[in-house]
Amino acid sequence: MHRTGELFGQYKTMEQQRETAALGMWIFLSTEVLFFGGLFMTYTLNRSTYPDIFSEASKTIRLSLGAVNTVVLIASSLTMAMAVWSSQTGKKKLLTLFLIATLALGCVFLGIKAIEYHEKYVEHHIPGWNYQFEPNADVATNAHTQLFFSLYFGMTGLHALHMIVGAGLLIWLIKESLRGRFTPEYNTPVENIGLYWHFVDIVWIFLFPLLYLIDRH
Amino acid sequence: MNETPSTGNQLPREHYLNATYGIRSWLLTTDHKRIALLYLVSVTFFFFIGGAFATMIRIHLLTPAGLLVTPETYNKLFTMHGVAMIFFFLIPSIPAVLGNFLLPIMIGAKDLAFPKVNLLSWYIYLVGGSFVLYSFATGGLDTGWTFYTPLSSVYSNSAVTPAVIGVFINGFSSILTGLNFIVTVHTMRAPGMTWFRLPLFVWAQYATSIIFILGTPVIAITLLLAGMERMFHLGFFNPALGGDPILFQHLFWFYSHPAVYIMILPAMGVISEIIPTFARKPIFGYSFIAGSSIAIAVIGFFVWAHHMFLTGQSTYSALAFSLLSYLVAIPSAVKVFNWTSTLYKGSISYDTPMLYALGFIGLFLIGGLTGLFLACLGLDIHIHDTYFVVAHFHYIMVGGAVMGYVGGLHFWWPKITGKLYPEFLARIAAVVLFIGFNLTFFPQFILGYLGMPRRYHDYPPEFQVLNVMSSAGASILALGYLLPMFYLVWSMRYGEVAGRNPWPATGLEWQTDSPPPTENFEVTPEVTWEPYDYENRPDLGLAIKGAHSLAHGDD
Repeated sequence: MHRTGELFGQYKTMEQQRETAALGMWIFLSTEVLFFGGLFMTYTLNRSTYPDIFSEASKTIRLSLGAVNTVVLIASSLTMAMAVWSSQTGKKKLLTLFLIATLALGCVFLGIKAIEYHEKYVEHHIPGWNYQFEPNADVATNAHTQLFFSLYFGMTGLHALHMIVGAGLLIWLIKESLRGRFTPEYNTPVENIGLYWHFVDIVWIFLFPLLYLIDRH
Repeated sequence: MNETPSTGNQLPREHYLNATYGIRSWLLTTDHKRIALLYLVSVTFFFFIGGAFATMIRIHLLTPAGLLVTPETYNKLFTMHGVAMIFFFLIPSIPAVLGNFLLPIMIGAKDLAFPKVNLLSWYIYLVGGSFVLYSFATGGLDTGWTFYTPLSSVYSNSAVTPAVIGVFINGFSSILTGLNFIVTVHTMRAPGMTWFRLPLFVWAQYATSIIFILGTPVIAITLLLAGMERMFHLGFFNPALGGDPILFQHLFWFYSHPAVYIMILPAMGVISEIIPTFARKPIFGYSFIAGSSIAIAVIGFFVWAHHMFLTGQSTYSALAFSLLSYLVAIPSAVKVFNWTSTLYKGSISYDTPMLYALGFIGLFLIGGLTGLFLACLGLDIHIHDTYFVVAHFHYIMVGGAVMGYVGGLHFWWPKITGKLYPEFLARIAAVVLFIGFNLTFFPQFILGYLGMPRRYHDYPPEFQVLNVMSSAGASILALGYLLPMFYLVWSMRYGEVAGRNPWPATGLEWQTDSPPPTENFEVTPEVTWEPYDYENRPDLGLAIKGAHSLAHGDD
């Protein structure tokens, strides 16, 4: 399909193109909900089977780092929302600035996550890799806490993977925004990647209490 | 000048097949029609791989002790048959081939909403398929297509990991196809093409796409977890490590039961197109057929645990799932009744697609009714995991889905290639298929009821007669598949030129050239007529108005 300016050949109007892209992104996000849903189901079942073990294991991850990361991520959602607003109102310099801020905050999040993973590695809490919950833990405790850590790494790992993809998309957005491509008439990529970024944030808003706050009440 | 005088039709000078040339123009195409053909070739490849395994199974079961392979190899044969057929043939077949080709044309669009994503989905399918073929080639797979844990995650010595990765990857191909279809139907319809003027095939694809996008992610994450469990010795589904194998079954069937409707719903859509065309009548109960597709998709998400009546769940949840499973019968029956009512006093012609459609109704009826046996808690204990189940789902998937697919291929073959297939040969093939199918699978109902379990490599001598009947039927069935394979390919070169609307049918796809131009229509069409309205379509050139009013007056 040939392309006229920013309008691809299969569409008749910019309006149609914009609506199509937005609907596509919302449907993609609904598949993501179901994708994470399988993990949340597994978590729910295991936690209800081993409530005490899960709160014991949860105490060994650092709340302070998780809390800081929550704030960082919410801040990045704010800058992303500002970026979308800038693109809609035609503030091109501001758009680039907010996109860079979002990317920076995303990187801070991933950095802190890396520190947390490193701590778990030092403590032998990586499932399937010299796993030992405590020096004298019995077989059952080891097995059941390992379930918690499998889910911890599975859920936060999948989330981090989404963050990395998001960071890649942001780098592309920054490059395009420097070229001045986004205008009030055409800013679909900014809006759609914004939606994606907010979704990834929302997943973390669920992960944080489920993994870090089990025993804090 | 040298065209066949019998039809007087000529191929259009330029169409999607000859618009560009060369291997790159195919491998990098974003034309939905070309992508459909890429899919056609790939799913046919997997169909014959799965078919080869089925052939070996049926040869092996000719004698009570087993004729061909060791018990271990037998386990691999039925597993690889299932994986190839379900994930790489049945699920993509109608949506990715016929759906891809027809959906944009049927709604009067130039292409799908996201043409590049469409091409991406084909490449994802190829990557997933390669992993699975690698698994087949390096030791095979013996877990059953269901990948039940802890067999798949701990005990099996076969090449489970690449197979799981392959099916996981392939899931994203389905998700992208579903996403593309839903968005396309919402935003790309031509002027005048309202929701209730959509062809019923489009409604069926829409319903299927809902399952694609909501079900497939769950099987993806489930297989990812099972794969991680196998690779890193984790314990999500392993009781020895505190995990729960029943959880795997719940998550697996949450997708894999709706996946049955992924296979049958598009076939129902095909039948809903064929029946009114060859009965020369508006379809009876349009909105009920459209609505029943959506109803099947929705109810289908709430019946999964009927696969687990015997694997440990509370009596009350079994009761609920049994009741919900019965509910699926209602929208399914709505369709069958409406198709039958459409035939009533129609002006019926028995062209090949119609033979497949009529075969479909009968076989789907048997498959559907035996499904009710299995949804019944008490009876299911007797026939659970027997050949009764095997026969039941083959009636739905082969008698239903594959009949719909082959019938649809014949129906739209003139549109896809611009050529007519040889009608007489095609009718014979349809009859051969029907006979071969019934001879293969009907004896399996009896075998199952008498107690022969599925997935066993041997059986007591008293079951031999029925097993030999089944194997004999399979050889006829194989002939029934090979025939269309040959004459359809033959017709691409030597077939008679079809013209725009050879049947004639009422849909938008028949208003454009055969084969269509790359952008589908020279001018974006405007729809001013109701679907399947044979009475008010003088443009179709049918002179049967009188007969029609009479038939319609009785509805």
